[in-house]
Amino acid sequence: MTLLRGLFQLLVFPGAVYAIPAAFFMVWMQRKLNARLQGRIGPPFFQPFFDFVKLLGKEPIPRTPLQGFVMTGLPIGAVGATLGAIALLPIFPSDAGFPGDLVLLVGLIEIGPLLSVLAGFASRSLWGGIGASREAVMTVAYNLPFLTALIALAVTSGFSLTGMATGASLPVRFLALAAILLCLPAKLHLNPFSIASAEQEIYAGATTEFDGPRLALWELSHALEWVVLAGLVAVLGFPIVGAPWPLHVLAFVVISLGIVVLLSVAAAATARLKLAQTARWFWLWGLLVALAALVLAFVRV
Amino acid sequence: MSFLDSLMRTARRRSPWLFHANAGSCNGCDVEFLTCLTPRYDVEQLGIRLEASPRHADILVVSGPVTRTTLEALETVYAQIPNPKVVVALGSCPASCNVFAGSPTIVGPLDRVLPVDVYVPGCPPRPDAIIAGIAEAAAILAGDKPRPEPMALPVIEDQPETGGQQ
Repeated sequence: MTLLRGLFQLLVFPGAVYAIPAAFFMVWMQRKLNARLQGRIGPPFFQPFFDFVKLLGKEPIPRTPLQGFVMTGLPIGAVGATLGAIALLPIFPSDAGFPGDLVLLVGLIEIGPLLSVLAGFASRSLWGGIGASREAVMTVAYNLPFLTALIALAVTSGFSLTGMATGASLPVRFLALAAILLCLPAKLHLNPFSIASAEQEIYAGATTEFDGPRLALWELSHALEWVVLAGLVAVLGFPIVGAPWPLHVLAFVVISLGIVVLLSVAAAATARLKLAQTARWFWLWGLLVALAALVLAFVRV
Repeated sequence: MSFLDSLMRTARRRSPWLFHANAGSCNGCDVEFLTCLTPRYDVEQLGIRLEASPRHADILVVSGPVTRTTLEALETVYAQIPNPKVVVALGSCPASCNVFAGSPTIVGPLDRVLPVDVYVPGCPPRPDAIIAGIAEAAAILAGDKPRPEPMALPVIEDQPETGGQQ
């Protein structure tokens, strides 16, 4: 990957120029679909954008220098890491990527939740601490099937995203993607796994103490997670080998939006589970699906 | 006015986030307030969101006549909301203490404690009136409407001491 190409992927497509509007659009879609399914009208089109701008214009509560630094640095890190993960998505499988970029991608995806755990404890709020500890338990719960499914996809082709996107056989791909899809609501804090943010129940979870621009960055980082996770399923699930690049881009965007619809409908139709139920659910049913994919990958079906 | 200024005004008008503080209310106003979130009234179409943390909020909605036990919490919550912020007095109690006026456990009305920008009268007010009040608060937030002039503090005659159980 040349420097120029890397910069293009980070800043233009699928990076900032595409990802930030797409992130706002996906958040709007989720809120709108949720509202429509509840028989409401729902928020106007530019709502996530206005929310973001308004938060940027708020005057932050004064804090001690160290705490202010930590509370600003953590969301900036989360936004940066998630944007970096988006830049790694192999939308053009022909010549992008490098060996081992899957490991980097998984690391970057995980940095967001990790920093939000730190943020919850760093804010020194009781509710932030509860939200952070829940988030930490959730991370352990959903990452087991998530990583197992990724390993299953990577068995035949080595740990490169381009190889995974084109290499894995159909049954392995189907089972692994099913396992990844099961993990997405938990990663995005959606029902039935909205335990870490649990609006109203534990105030606002890890972000309880964050205000103004700092909260805006958390909202942005969370919205970018939609783009990276939906995009990951899109590139891994439906590779179009040898097609011209406009078709790749179109398929990537359309499939990403389809996944947003799927997750939103699932979220609107379910209610929040308890933490222990979630952990058990992922370690039993999620892991079963992922392990089945892994076994199939090892016996080369 | 520059583009950024007008963008910020629009964003503030169209994204008012609320924090609801119950300062000794009888729950009548609180129930009517939550009704605004239901499909019939659906305040989300105006960008209004009920936030769980005062740090996230723009508008503080207070119901109840401000009792002694809630006074400190109310002041803390008000200080926790980042500027710019607007206070909405929900119902008759924060406006006038209503039937609780003169009670020794009441320190209200609300404008003795916090600067109130919008009054939504009623016991309880209808959801339509509450939404109108929040829309007015959002206009104040955006700078489209001036904040009301601070009024002279209402003088409530203290009840003569009756000596407890008489």
